[in-house]
Amino acid sequence: MGFFLTLVLLVASLGLAWRYLGSYMASVFEGRVHWLSWVERPLYRLLGTSPEREQSWKRYAGALVVFSGMSLLLTYLVLRLQGHLPLNPQHLGDVGSALSFNAAASFVTNTNWQNYGGETTLSYFSQITLMVQQFVTPAVGIVAAVVVVRGFARRKASAVGNFWVDLTRCLLYVLAPIAFVAGIVFVGQGAVQTLAGTATFHDALNGVTQTIARGPIAFMEAIKQLGTNGGGFLNANSATPFENPTGLTNFLSIFLVLCIPVSLTYTFGKMVGSRRHGVALLAVMAILFGSVLAVTATAEHQNNPAVAAAGVHSSVGNTEGKEVRFGDTTSALFGVASTSTSTGSADAAYDSFTPMGGFGLLVGMMFGEVSPGGTGSGLYTLLIYAVIAVFIGGLMIGRTPEFLGKKIQATEVKLAGLGALVMPIVVLVVTAIAVSTAAGRAGPLNHGPHGFSEILYGLTSQGNNNGSAFGGLSGNTPFYNVIGAIDMLLGRFAIMIPAIALGGVLARKDVVPQSLGTFRTDNTMFVGLTTGVVVIIGGLTFFPALALGPIVEQLSHGRFF
Amino acid sequence: MSVAESTAPHGVAQSRSLFDPAILREAAAGAFRKLDPRVQVRNPVMFVVLVGTVVSFIEAVAHPGVFTWSITAWLFLTVVFANFAEAMAEGRGKAQADTLRKMRSETEARRLRPDGTEERVAAADLAAGDLVVCEPGDVIPSDGEITEGIASVDESAITGESAPVIRESGGDRSAVTGGTRVLSDRIVVRITAERGHTFLDRMITLVEGANRQRTPNEIALTILLSVLTIVFIPVVVTLVPFARFSGASVSVVILVALLVCLIPTTIGALLSAIGIAGMDRLVQRNVLAMSGRAVEAAGDVQTLLLDKTGTITLGNRMASAFYPVGGHSEAEVADVAQLASLADETPEGRSIVVLAKERFALRERTLDPSHEFVPFSATTRMSGLDVDGRRIRKGAGDAVKRWVVDQGGSIPADLDEIVERLAHAGSTPLVVADGDEVLGVIELKDVVKTGIKEKFDEMRRLGIRTVMITGDNPLTAAAIAQEAGVDDFLAEATPEAKMALIREEQEGGKLVAMTGDGTNDAPALAQADVGVAMNTGTMAAKEAGNMVDLDSNPTKLIDVVEIGKQLLITRGSLTTFSIANDVAKYFAIIPAMFFAAYPQLKTLNIMRLHSPQSAILSAVIFNALVIVALIPLALRGVRFRAANSGAILRRNVLIYGVGGVIAPFIFIKLIDLILVALHAY
Repeated sequence: MGFFLTLVLLVASLGLAWRYLGSYMASVFEGRVHWLSWVERPLYRLLGTSPEREQSWKRYAGALVVFSGMSLLLTYLVLRLQGHLPLNPQHLGDVGSALSFNAAASFVTNTNWQNYGGETTLSYFSQITLMVQQFVTPAVGIVAAVVVVRGFARRKASAVGNFWVDLTRCLLYVLAPIAFVAGIVFVGQGAVQTLAGTATFHDALNGVTQTIARGPIAFMEAIKQLGTNGGGFLNANSATPFENPTGLTNFLSIFLVLCIPVSLTYTFGKMVGSRRHGVALLAVMAILFGSVLAVTATAEHQNNPAVAAAGVHSSVGNTEGKEVRFGDTTSALFGVASTSTSTGSADAAYDSFTPMGGFGLLVGMMFGEVSPGGTGSGLYTLLIYAVIAVFIGGLMIGRTPEFLGKKIQATEVKLAGLGALVMPIVVLVVTAIAVSTAAGRAGPLNHGPHGFSEILYGLTSQGNNNGSAFGGLSGNTPFYNVIGAIDMLLGRFAIMIPAIALGGVLARKDVVPQSLGTFRTDNTMFVGLTTGVVVIIGGLTFFPALALGPIVEQLSHGRFF
Repeated sequence: MSVAESTAPHGVAQSRSLFDPAILREAAAGAFRKLDPRVQVRNPVMFVVLVGTVVSFIEAVAHPGVFTWSITAWLFLTVVFANFAEAMAEGRGKAQADTLRKMRSETEARRLRPDGTEERVAAADLAAGDLVVCEPGDVIPSDGEITEGIASVDESAITGESAPVIRESGGDRSAVTGGTRVLSDRIVVRITAERGHTFLDRMITLVEGANRQRTPNEIALTILLSVLTIVFIPVVVTLVPFARFSGASVSVVILVALLVCLIPTTIGALLSAIGIAGMDRLVQRNVLAMSGRAVEAAGDVQTLLLDKTGTITLGNRMASAFYPVGGHSEAEVADVAQLASLADETPEGRSIVVLAKERFALRERTLDPSHEFVPFSATTRMSGLDVDGRRIRKGAGDAVKRWVVDQGGSIPADLDEIVERLAHAGSTPLVVADGDEVLGVIELKDVVKTGIKEKFDEMRRLGIRTVMITGDNPLTAAAIAQEAGVDDFLAEATPEAKMALIREEQEGGKLVAMTGDGTNDAPALAQADVGVAMNTGTMAAKEAGNMVDLDSNPTKLIDVVEIGKQLLITRGSLTTFSIANDVAKYFAIIPAMFFAAYPQLKTLNIMRLHSPQSAILSAVIFNALVIVALIPLALRGVRFRAANSGAILRRNVLIYGVGGVIAPFIFIKLIDLILVALHAY
């Protein structure tokens, strides 16, 4: 399938998802979808709650933190005790404490950074435990975004919804059905789905016995992509035919990764009563995504500068580290889709991307994962940036800034500012710790700028809950396990909680009627300003670090480091 | 001091150039006084610069060199320039406060004892409730209400307006202000304010900005600027380990320079100056805002309630045409109408005389003793003149008709039609009769101020709805509303109806501004988000509103809205400019910083700056000088043109956003060239 045909099909299918899935999700969160009420209602009884019992943002955030804390603890315990738990045909031992902490934090924060090889470290029981997190964490992200959306949609409301109800609805009506259908497609295309343990056969030609890892891969694959999780069953992730057997599954993976984050902008538009506002946010995402894709795809389609410097001319793009099944540009598309959505799955080795190609992937994350970002997290992070853009833009027309009629005042600026500055600060500080300690410096495979890029990429990926690995960084050390876990937890909750608070504060406000003098938040200018704020905050905070990594590499024209 | 200045009235509004030498001198001294860390800590952005300067200074002492000392000096200047901007903004207010303080100089008051005798006491000893007597030449000792008498008062000390005003007991013109001078007649004033709480005292505090509170929007912006400062601290600090990992070393001075260049110093330095200057611009237009909050709210106003009389129309109805009935000629009507109005001293009456003169060259006739004036009364609803046996009357249609019929006269068939038509058009018809004969109708019309329609169009483009408030009947109101181009009107308005209208608008989330002067306006003034009380109004009104217009010109409400908007626009534009500047500074500093470790980064030196040191110093110098360069803009405010929000935004994003990206590239390069030319590097 040609690259441009792929793009056209992707845009068309995402367009359909945007319109119908977006609208459907709005109905789900406005409580108008009931086709699984026979499951839903007993669940509420079990949880001792009901859709009528709405919570203030503080209680909502409290429930979310308790839920995530319990998830973290349970996942950690399962990994630590896996040797004593069932579904362990390979009799794999308990996982170490630092690695368990990292893996638990990673899956509870929707990051799916993997400092382990799944097939050689985790039992089926552990993998399924992680898969549970792959279902619930995207739901947590989505409900947090829904709170912010309700903040704009509601007037003078003290309640923002019920966490348990929203979570249940998101799982039952959105994630489970889509993942189920997608899982069937993966199975149909040949992805492995079994609990029968590894297969062993003797390779007579080479005189060795090979062990082939198997497992419940196909369904994990569906939720891995749909929930922008990215953590695959196998170490080689979507580059292996067991996870990603065909061109169709490759396309489906890209589609699944993008569909919920993109569709949520429609949900936003519908819930706040102005589709144009949804389109405006979608446009910001599309511009950022398109720019990053253009950089990475162009870079990957060109000759590897190192190869060219060696005097070898190749007519195909940079194919090192890529599956020939997918090719250079489509792998670039997969890479950008995966890094711009906080997914982090991979169908190629990102470490082997050209400096500019890798730069594109890194920038997608440094924008704060908003193009279109993770499930839910993309929307609420973008709304945080949009609030800042509205504040500055609104001032420039001489009014106390308003966004959808809600006045943006000191409290909103404080929360949005907090949400926007957490990520760069956390990433830069942990990277600084890594490069200034012996344990941290031992991590990267390379030295010089590329070594710096490896560390920066690894910690940016975790801080943004992406989980994609640049490779080259030996992450499974106590140092990287712990610092990475802290990076991930802060990168997730230190943004999510201010976002929920923002929703709660906005919900309490009344709406100022729109007039000709109102700063429009649904037109080109708004799109431009919001894009500008994302680029400027990301650009200004990471420019010095990027200058010492990928930029130096690029300017060194093929010198190896 | 120029002659013009020394003879100018003492009003607060006396115009003083933005860069008056005296203010400049005072501000220069103030810039250094404000270096006190306790003052600086209130401005997080500049506090970081101050700390940076100290760090850089210590570094320069430890490792002296032209470069380190130059950077330290320019960082110090950055702080001084910021202080200078604030001191400049405060300067004019201080000068005005000093002028006002002189007026408050000790005056003696003639207090009335209960037994009616007078005693002389110091004005400072007066208590609220005391009665004082003022005669021509006396300065009114404190704020109060006239309880007895009528007087012309010279209020130029406060308003700058030299024409005296009439103050009388009872009604809405009874308030007098301490510090003003009685020109004629004797009045008795009941003191309402004690020393320290008078209008003059409040004015001094306000123009001086002594206890200026930061406004909500200023607080929000300060938070954003703090965020943008906090985020750059780790960006710069983490560069130390990053550079070490890369085998580069960076000096502390360069790190401080980078930090100061990245944090939003331009807006941080000018923020308080913008706020003070905004209040000052109001004072220049003779409007005193009781709080900066009110000025800011003015920018957000979505509904303006404007009194018809004085704001939209010239104040009084004027005769505009004569309509003959029953076969009479227009000239006959004019002649009789003029006669009927000869003794009528009301503005309406005068306008009839004038119109007759203009249209038919009827010379103004003088009254002689044989003319007997019949004044208007509420029962007859007519006025006129008895002369040589003729009984001439003008008045409301039905009243005159009844009077004519009573005398046995008949009503011409075309009268009712004309009266009705005029009433429909919003005019007031006055029927003229001579004895038992109806001659015709005078049309009295409200004259809409010239240029007011354009003002309302401007408001509409800004998304502001204008509502005319009038006591007229709905028919008249609708006609005037249409002629003036207001969006809506409230006819037969009572204070209650006004209040209800404000509440209704506010229910919908709108901010409402209004003007008022009477005591019965006080509740509405207090309820409105921006209430501008007329200085001629009662004390109750002045206390209820959050602004006082010393000129008592209700049209100024529109200026107030524009100043409020301009204030916010200036803040937003300079914030954008400040952030946009960072791009060029990065391109100047980053390649210079890591030049030793990675010479290939010179590709990023797109300005082709001479050397790493000249590049960094140029960026720091630019960063300091841009503050000084923008002081006039901060004080005057960004130019404001009424347009819809999209057009304003496009213009400002283009100038301050795009311009803010481009300008520093040019100026940093220029400074670099100058440094090279001076052989500094």
